[in-house]
Amino acid sequence: MTRVMFQIRFFGIMRWVVIAVLVVATVFPFYYMLLLSVKPIDELLLDPGRIWVSVSEFSVDSYRSVLTSVENGGQGFPRMLRNSAVVSIGAMLLTLLVAIPGAYAVSRLRFTGSRKVGALFLGVYLFPATLLAVPLFVMFAKVGLQGSLVGLIIVYIAQTVPVAIYMLRSYFSTVPVSIEEAAALDGCSRFDILRRIVLPLAAPSVMATALYVFMIAWNEFLFALLFLAAEPDHWTVSLGLQQLANGVEVPKTVLMAGSVVLTLPVVLMFYGAERMLTEGLTSGADKS
Amino acid sequence: MTTVTERPAATDPAPPRRPTRNLRRREENRTGVALVSPTLLIVLFVVVLPILWTVMLAFQNVRLVDIQSQGLWGNWTLQNLERVFGSPGFWSSLWTTLVYTIGSTLGSIVVGLVAALALRKPFRGRALIRGAMLLPYVAPVVAVAFVWQVLLSPDLGVVNHWGTEWLGWDRPIAFLTQRSYEVLGVPVPMALFTVIAFETWRYFPFAFLFLIARMQAVPAVLEEAAVVDGTTPWQRFRFILLPQLLPVVALLCVLRFIFTFNKFDDVYLLTGGGAGTDVVAVRVYRFLTARFDVGLASAQAVVLAVVLIVLLGLYFKFFGRKVQEEQS
Repeated sequence: MTRVMFQIRFFGIMRWVVIAVLVVATVFPFYYMLLLSVKPIDELLLDPGRIWVSVSEFSVDSYRSVLTSVENGGQGFPRMLRNSAVVSIGAMLLTLLVAIPGAYAVSRLRFTGSRKVGALFLGVYLFPATLLAVPLFVMFAKVGLQGSLVGLIIVYIAQTVPVAIYMLRSYFSTVPVSIEEAAALDGCSRFDILRRIVLPLAAPSVMATALYVFMIAWNEFLFALLFLAAEPDHWTVSLGLQQLANGVEVPKTVLMAGSVVLTLPVVLMFYGAERMLTEGLTSGADKS
Repeated sequence: MTTVTERPAATDPAPPRRPTRNLRRREENRTGVALVSPTLLIVLFVVVLPILWTVMLAFQNVRLVDIQSQGLWGNWTLQNLERVFGSPGFWSSLWTTLVYTIGSTLGSIVVGLVAALALRKPFRGRALIRGAMLLPYVAPVVAVAFVWQVLLSPDLGVVNHWGTEWLGWDRPIAFLTQRSYEVLGVPVPMALFTVIAFETWRYFPFAFLFLIARMQAVPAVLEEAAVVDGTTPWQRFRFILLPQLLPVVALLCVLRFIFTFNKFDDVYLLTGGGAGTDVVAVRVYRFLTARFDVGLASAQAVVLAVVLIVLLGLYFKFFGRKVQEEQS
């Protein structure tokens, strides 16, 4: 067998081995999460090595506990889900409101300091969140935003605006300039051009950016922990779950049910728009 | 219209359209500034000013309780920095951060590259598998950290159960709480190793996405020609594909290094910074919340940022040029 033949066979086999290993490695933890969430804790302790659930032991008690409000003796996730939704949707809408004009300006208009602005948005990205955590913690304590969802939304806007501008700008620049010029000749103002021409054409990328911002806000943990830990009424799902794990002994099966509740919305959303999201994120990768 | 206005002025002795052009320029400039200013304001107030303030706080002796009464200009001191550099925990923590960052960056890029190569050619079900591979990146960190904790738990985790049952482990391994573990007589930093594995698992999809996007843009002709010349698959990867990927790999190295270096939540949730995984970001959080020592926490955060900037500077000095050469 020649070297070429050998390598073709070898890599041909290795390719499938790699695919199998990677699929197991990525999917198994999520399968395990689901599995434990529908298993009674005694069954798990009895035989931790069994990775399926029989019909007789299948139970949704963990979900019942997680999804019952605190007043009724549950873990109160419905309120946390509402908080998470408020914060994520709020951050998403406000980020778009701010980022769309910004991205348009950066991608289309020549203005004083436009290059510096681009660099600044990138630089923001590079500073550690822990560096911001200290002064924001103090600032919010001073102006009374500590423990409020509004404070959290403001932080998330600042965290997501650079990403949003980066994603939108590469798409805006694919809209042909000639269309905009024609509109300008017809008497459209800049604002009209942006609203009536650029936005409809860039709708998919605006959607992708919106979802991405939503995901970042939904998954965020550090700032929620810093600002909201003392306010159980305002906990987001991430924070609530972590506090639940930290507190009195809670069965692992309940924790896993909580994890499923936390994970499901983003995963569903992501698969609804996977292609759009990955293209929005990596556009430009093939040019770099 | 643009072609007319943009004709070089030198050929036109008295350009009649200049005033309109200037007007348009000025209008464009004004609109541009107006459109960016909301973003600029937010970034200024929630990012730039806080960073500047942290730098100031790093040189002041403040605790959270004093800050209400004290003005912006407190007593300036170098005490915080002395305490940061003087504490024995700091250097080991910085070292841990470096090992963790380099390990996770390399790990995620290598696994991402292998995944991208395996999924490069189309096959039935590729879209489905590609989607599955992005799961760890998309899922909330709190949820995945807890699943790993349960998976690796010594008493009810399935990994240890299988390990003792099938792989012949003497006793369960405390992956996340044991500082060091002997493998064939060599001590391995167990908990640190596990967090690196977690980080690799969580972020290889990011590298995978960027690499596969770039691979799709490599012209097929290049490789077809090489096949005709009788090259082996390895040679084609090494001499044709890899050079094309290098700029993206370099970009990924920088991005992943920055993000991991500053990472707080992954380590905090998995180990709480115990068992030899005390990265600097977690230390900052602890100084802030356990001791309310704002000055010390700030000093620590500033040192972290400075180290990162210095490392990035070195990287660009030595590799920035090389990458550009590869590209041209």
